[in-house]
Amino acid sequence: MAKTITIYVDNKPYKVEDNQTIMQALDKIGYHIPRLCYHPKLSIEGACRVCIVEVEGMRNYVASCAYPVYDGMKIHTNTPQLRRARRDIVELIVDNHPMDCHTCDRNGTCELQRLTYSMGIKQRHFVGERKRYEKDVSFVSVIRDPEKCILCGRCVRVCSEIQGVFNLTYAYRGFKTVVTTAFDMPMAESVCSACGQCVNVCPTAAFLEKNNTQELFEKLRDPSLIKVVQFAPSVRAAIGEAFGFPAGVSKEKETVAALRKLGFDYVFDTQVGADFTIMEEASELLYRLKNKGKLPMLTSCSAAWMKFVEQFFPDFLDNISTCKSPMSMLGALIKTYFAQKIKVDPKKILSVAVMCCTAKKYEAARPELMVEGMRAVDIVITTRELAWMIKSAGIDFINIEPEEFDQPLGISSGGGAIFGATGGVMESAIRTAYELYTGEPLLDIEIQPIRGMKGIKEGVVDLNGEKIKVAVAHGLGNAIKLLEFVRKEPKSYHFIEIMGCPGGCIGGGGQPYAGYNSIPLDEEILKKRAEALYDIDRKKSIRAAHNNPILRRIYKEFLGEPLGEKAYKLLHTHYKPKYPKGIIPKELTFR
Amino acid sequence: MTTPIDVLYKKKLQAIDRIYNKTYFSDKIIYVGMASCEIAAGSKEIMEIFKDAVKKGTIMTYVTQRGCVGLCSVEPTVDIVEKGKMSVRYINVNAEVAKKIIEEHLKKGQIVKEHAYFGAKEKSIVICQGAFCLNSENQRIIEAFKENIENNNLKDKVEICFSGCLGMCNEGPIVIVYPDNIAYTKLKAEDVKLIVERHLIEGKPVEELNILKNGKPRFIKVFGTIDKFYKQKRIVLRNCGLIDPENIDEYLAVRGYESLAKVLTYMTPQQVIEEVKKSGLRGRGGAGYPTGIKWELTAKESSDEKFVICNADEGDPGAFMDRSTIEGDPHSIIEGMIIGGYAIGSNKGIIYIRAEYPLAVERLNIALEQAKKEGFLGENILGSGFSFDIEIRLGAGAFVCGEETALIHSIEGHRGMPRPRPPYPSVKGLFDKPTLVNNVETWANIPVIIISGSEWFSEIGTKRSKGTKVFALAGKVKNTGLIEVPMGTTLREIVYEIGGGILNDKKFKAVQTGGPSGGCLAEEHLDTPVDYESLVSAGSIMGSGGMIVIDEESCMVAVAKFFLEFTQDESCGKCTPCREGTKRMLEILTRIVEGKGQEGDIEKLERLGDMIKKASLCGLGQSAPNPVLSTIKNFREEYEEHIKNKKCRARFCTNLLTYEITDNCTGCTACKKVCPVEAISGSPKQKHLINQQICIKCGACWRVCRFNAISRS
Amino acid sequence: MENLDSVDLEKMKILKDYLKNFKDKPRVESNLITILHKVQDIFGYLDRSALEEVAETIQVPTSHIWGVATFYHYFKLKKPGKHIISVCLGTACYIKGADEIIAKLKEELKTDVGGVSPDGLFSLEEARCLGACSLAPVVMIDGKVYGNLTPQSVTQIIKEYKSKHK
Repeated sequence: MAKTITIYVDNKPYKVEDNQTIMQALDKIGYHIPRLCYHPKLSIEGACRVCIVEVEGMRNYVASCAYPVYDGMKIHTNTPQLRRARRDIVELIVDNHPMDCHTCDRNGTCELQRLTYSMGIKQRHFVGERKRYEKDVSFVSVIRDPEKCILCGRCVRVCSEIQGVFNLTYAYRGFKTVVTTAFDMPMAESVCSACGQCVNVCPTAAFLEKNNTQELFEKLRDPSLIKVVQFAPSVRAAIGEAFGFPAGVSKEKETVAALRKLGFDYVFDTQVGADFTIMEEASELLYRLKNKGKLPMLTSCSAAWMKFVEQFFPDFLDNISTCKSPMSMLGALIKTYFAQKIKVDPKKILSVAVMCCTAKKYEAARPELMVEGMRAVDIVITTRELAWMIKSAGIDFINIEPEEFDQPLGISSGGGAIFGATGGVMESAIRTAYELYTGEPLLDIEIQPIRGMKGIKEGVVDLNGEKIKVAVAHGLGNAIKLLEFVRKEPKSYHFIEIMGCPGGCIGGGGQPYAGYNSIPLDEEILKKRAEALYDIDRKKSIRAAHNNPILRRIYKEFLGEPLGEKAYKLLHTHYKPKYPKGIIPKELTFR
Repeated sequence: MTTPIDVLYKKKLQAIDRIYNKTYFSDKIIYVGMASCEIAAGSKEIMEIFKDAVKKGTIMTYVTQRGCVGLCSVEPTVDIVEKGKMSVRYINVNAEVAKKIIEEHLKKGQIVKEHAYFGAKEKSIVICQGAFCLNSENQRIIEAFKENIENNNLKDKVEICFSGCLGMCNEGPIVIVYPDNIAYTKLKAEDVKLIVERHLIEGKPVEELNILKNGKPRFIKVFGTIDKFYKQKRIVLRNCGLIDPENIDEYLAVRGYESLAKVLTYMTPQQVIEEVKKSGLRGRGGAGYPTGIKWELTAKESSDEKFVICNADEGDPGAFMDRSTIEGDPHSIIEGMIIGGYAIGSNKGIIYIRAEYPLAVERLNIALEQAKKEGFLGENILGSGFSFDIEIRLGAGAFVCGEETALIHSIEGHRGMPRPRPPYPSVKGLFDKPTLVNNVETWANIPVIIISGSEWFSEIGTKRSKGTKVFALAGKVKNTGLIEVPMGTTLREIVYEIGGGILNDKKFKAVQTGGPSGGCLAEEHLDTPVDYESLVSAGSIMGSGGMIVIDEESCMVAVAKFFLEFTQDESCGKCTPCREGTKRMLEILTRIVEGKGQEGDIEKLERLGDMIKKASLCGLGQSAPNPVLSTIKNFREEYEEHIKNKKCRARFCTNLLTYEITDNCTGCTACKKVCPVEAISGSPKQKHLINQQICIKCGACWRVCRFNAISRS
Repeated sequence: MENLDSVDLEKMKILKDYLKNFKDKPRVESNLITILHKVQDIFGYLDRSALEEVAETIQVPTSHIWGVATFYHYFKLKKPGKHIISVCLGTACYIKGADEIIAKLKEELKTDVGGVSPDGLFSLEEARCLGACSLAPVVMIDGKVYGNLTPQSVTQIIKEYKSKHK
C-alpha cells in the first residue's frame, strides 16, 4: 500500500504517494519537467540530465526521473541557476549536433528542436568540435545517422528491453560514444528485425525509415504505369495524428481521397488481403489439426517477426504458417487477378503499399515473395511518409472530402480491420475457423481475453468439444518469452499470433511521431488506435472474412479452393534460417 | 573445545618455525625489493645476479623478496640481513653495485657505504611505536636515548629507529638493540642511561633489566627503521617491505589473521560493525563515507546472497598506493574482506583489480591460494562455521570503474557505466544483491582496528578523520615515494619534512591532491591539515591518495589541462554534462595554452565547471572540473596572463614562447637544418636569425643547439 | 571462419577448450571481461571470429560483446604489431617530457597513437601510469621498461628492435 506523503514543489505543499520518482509525482500534479532520455516503458537511464531539479539539502541537482520522493522533500523546478544548468546541458547537446534542422526529416517533430526552443537557447556559447560519422543507408528498412544521435539510448533500450533483439549497443566511450551494431556492421548485415521501434522512440533523426517518397512521386508521374495502392488498417487509425487530429479517429475515406489526389489510379484496401490471409490461415490451421501437422502454428503476417524468427528461432520455422502477409497476398492478387481483370500487362502495374511498418519495406523486397518473377509490391511507404507526401503535395487532408475504395479489392470484413491490433489476427481467424469447422457461425465474435495491451494473452476456443488453445504475443520481447515457454512445453498451444511491434501494427515503426509533451509508444495512444479499428469492425455488416462476397467471388473465379494449387502458389511461401544468427541472452539485463 | 584463535596460534607457531628453519641454514638473508616499480627500475635483474651467485656457490646466502618500502626515488633497494649484525639497506642498486655488494659485503663483510641507505652504523636501537607502547613513558625513553647518545658522542655509531607494533604488547615499552637482538621490555626512562653506557659503549647487555634474548618465539625481524620515515606512521603499510608477500608464514608471524581469529572467536557480527563504527574509519577511496555505517546498512538488508567487494581499480595518474599495498601485503586485504563478510553476512568476496597490475594480481592469487590452504578461506573457516570465498576479477582499463556502480556493472560483464543512486549498492548492488564495496586501503585498515581496538585507532588523526592516509608523493619534491601519515599532518610537513622540500630548491607553487578529481592548493593552503573536511574547504579533496607537488616551472593552466584531458578521455559518455561539457572545457583550455584564449573564456570555464559538478551522474563527472576550478580560484592571474598577455610565466606553454638566437651563435647551421618550416636563415659561421612570423615554436632549434645560443622566453 | 589460417585455427581450438569452463555456469555472462582478456591473450587482440565464438558459447549477443570490448581501453580491436610500445603518460612522465617522446616515436614509426607501423613491426600506444615514475619519462616495449628517455635515446632503442628483424 502506498503511503501518502507531503512534498513541497516550488514552496507549495502537495500530497503524493511515496514509492515513486520525483518525475512521476510531478507529472501527476501538473508539472512536465523537460526530459529526453526518459521513457516510461524503458529502464531508467538518468543519462541526459535534462530533467534535473533542485532538492533542498542536496549538494547537487538530482535527476527527477530516477530520484524517489520522500516525506518533506523540498523541490525547486525553476530557479534561475537550475534553468541555466538545464539550458547549458541542452546547448551542449545542440553543440554536438549537425543543426541542419531545415533540411532534416524530423523538422517539426524533433524533440531536441522543441527542447532547444523551450530552454530559450538563443545563443551558443560552447561551440567546438562536432562528431562526424558516415550515414548507414545499407538497409532497405531503417537507416542510421549517428551524427544526429544525442545518445539518449532509447533506441538501445527499446531494441533490447522491449524487442529483445539486442541489435543496437553503445560502443566506444566518452565523447566517442556511438550507438551502433555489433562490429559496427552495416544494418543490412545485422540481426536488425527491421521493426523500426528505434525510429519510433528516437527523439531526433538518428534513426529513420529508408525514405521512398521521392521515387514514388516520380513514378506517379509516369504515364505508362497503372498506379495501384493499398493501405493497411493501422494507417487509417493513426494518420490523423500527423495532421493534428486526436488519436483514435479513423481517417479511412480521407486517406482514400488523398491517395487519389496524389495520382493513384486504384486505391485498394489491405484489409481485403487480410481477409484472404484469414481464409488461408484458418484453413491451414484446420488442416494441421486434422492431419497432425506441426503445432502450434505461428502466424506469419508481421514482417519484423518473420525476419526475427529466421535469425533467432530457426527451430520454429516449420511452425510458421506458410501464408503470406495481407500486403503480399493483395500485392500478388493485384499483379495477377486484377491485371487480368483490367487486361493489362502486370509489368505495367506499379503496386504500392502504405504501411504502418518499416519492416514491410524489407518484406516487399524478399525474393521468396516474388510472383511470376515480379515483385508483388514495388514500393512500400510508411504512414509517416504518406502524411508527408500529402502535406508536400499541398493536399488539404483536414478538410478533404471522403471517398470510397475502388473495386473489386475494396470490400473487406471487420475481421480484416482488426488485424492491425494485437490479437486481431487471432480473433479473425477464430471467427472463420469456427464456422469452417463447425458449420455454425460464431455468436460471440468479440473475443475479449485476447484483446488489450497485456504482453502475452491466452484463450481457449471450443470447436465442437475440441479445445483449441491459443496465445497472443506482441512486441518481440514478449514473443521470446512465449516461444521459450513453448520450446519447453510444445503442447501448450495450438495456435499462436505474434506481432513484432508493441500493440501490434498500430504501434508499428512507421506510425506518426508523438506530439508535444507526448511520448512515442504511449500505451494510451495505442489503445485509442486499437479502439478505432474495433470501431470499424463493429460498424461493418460483414464481421468474418469468409463472408466477404469479394473473397468468395475471387476464389470462385480465379483461385479455386483455399489451400488449393493456385491459392498455394500465389498466397503461400516458405522461410529459411538467416545469418547472422541472433542470440538471446539467458540472464542478461540491459544496463 | 578448540576455538578459531587456538587454531590460529598453532598455525602461527608452525609458521614461525618454518621461517626459522628456512632462513637459518644460512647466516645471511638478501631481501630484494620486488614491487612493480622496483622491477621497472631493474630489480629483477638484481635478483638474478644474487641468485646466480648463490647457484654458483660464490655466496652462501638465502635470497628472497619483499614489497615496496616507499623509497621510489632511489630504487631498486636491497636489504642484507645478517645474524649478529646490523641489517643494511642498499639503494640505487644496479648490476655493478650488486656485484660490489657480493664481492665486498657478502664475501668480505665490508659494507658498500656509498650505497647504504641505513645500516652502516654499528648499532641501532629500535623503539616500538605500537599502540600499547605509545605512552608518555615511551616519549621520555626516546628523549633519554637522544640525550645520552648525544652526550656520549655516539651519533656516528648508533642510530635510533622506530618500529610498528612488535607484537609484545604486554611487555611494553620495548627497545631492541641491534645487531645483538636483545630486547629490553617494560623499560623505564631512567634505565636508558645504563643501556647506553653498558650495552652501547661497552657491548655488554644490561642483564639486570628485563631482557629477552633473540626474540623467539615472537617474530622480530625489524629492519623497518623509520628514522627516514620521520613523521610517518605505518598502519596500512605496516608489513609492506617487511615481509615476503608471497609467503603466508611471514604474514602469520606478524600477527596475521589474528584479527580474523579474534572476530570468529569472540565477536558477533554486530560487535564487529560497532567496532568499525567506533574507530571512525572512513572510506579511503575518496569520498570518505563512514565505513562502519556502510557495513551496517549492508548488514541490515536481508537477502539470500550478499557480496563483499574490494575496489582495487586504482586509476588516478601517478597514484600507486593500492598497488603497493597489495604487492607488499596482500593478506591484510584478504583478512579485512573476510572480516567484512562475517560482519555483513556474506560468503562471497570479489577483488576488482586493474589488469595493468599483473604483479599485484599474481601476488593476490598466491595469497588466496595460501589462505585457502591454511583454512582462512573456504568452508568453515578455522572451525568457526563461517564460510567465505574470494574471487579476482580484472578490470580492463577504464578509470570510471572506480565508481562503485560502474565497478559493479563491470564485474557483471557490462560496460562500466554508472547508474543513478539510489538504490545504493548496500541495497541493490552486484547482481542486484546487497553489496559492500570498500577500497584496498580501507580493507587493509580493518585487521589493525580489530586487533588494536577502535579506541586506539580513533586516537590517531583528527576529530572527524581518524587513522592514517597513504599518499603517493610525486612531482617536484626531493623524496618522492609512498608515504603514510596520521590524518591531521599538514601539507607543509609532507612537502618539506617528508618530501624533503622542492627539487633543486626551486620555489613551491602548488600541491595537487586527489588526482583528476582533486584540486590544486597554493602556498597559503600549506598549513591545511590532511583530513577530509579541511581539504574540501581549501578547495581540493582527499581523494584516493595522489599528491603531486608543483614548482614554479610548471604552468597551472597546463596542469589543469592535463588532468581534464585525463577525465575527458575516461568519461564513460553516458551523461551529457560530463561527455559534452568536459570536451568543451578541454577545448577552451587548449586554446588558452595555445595562445588563442579569448576574453570570457575563464567565465565560460567556471560556468561549465559549476554545471558539470552539480548535474553530472556520477562522481567522476561531479569532480572532473575540480582541477580547473581550483586553479582558476588560486591562480587566476596565470589564466589571465595566458589570455590577455599571451604569456606563460612558467615558460611551459610552447606556443607562448619566443625563440631568439643570441650572440653565442657560431653559425654551425644545425638549427637551420632542423627547422621544419625554414624559419631560420643565416650563412655558415655567421649568426643565424629566426623569422618570428614563420616560427611555429616547436623548439627543435633550441633542443639541437649545442652552444646555448637560442634563448627561450 | 573458413578464412582462418592454420595458426588461427590452432588459436581457435585453444579458445574453445577454454570456453568449456564456462558452459552452463551460473551468471556466465558476468565472466565476459575475463573471457575477453583470454581472447586477447590467445590472439593478441580481439579477433572477430573469436568474439563470435564467445557469443555463441556463453549466449551473449555480439552487440553486447562489442559494446564491452570497445568500452575498455585495455582491449585491442586491431591486430597489433610484433612489438608493442606503450608510452607512459602518467603525471611524472608528462611533466618530464613524455609528449616529446611520443612525437619522436610517431615520426620514427610513421604511425599515430593507436596505430601500427607500416612494416607491421610496432604498435604505438599510450599508457596510463606504468608505475615507474622515478624513471620518468618511460616507455614499455613488450613488457620491458625503458626509463629516463630522451627523443635521441628512444630512437636508438627503436633502431635496435628494427635490427633484430633484418
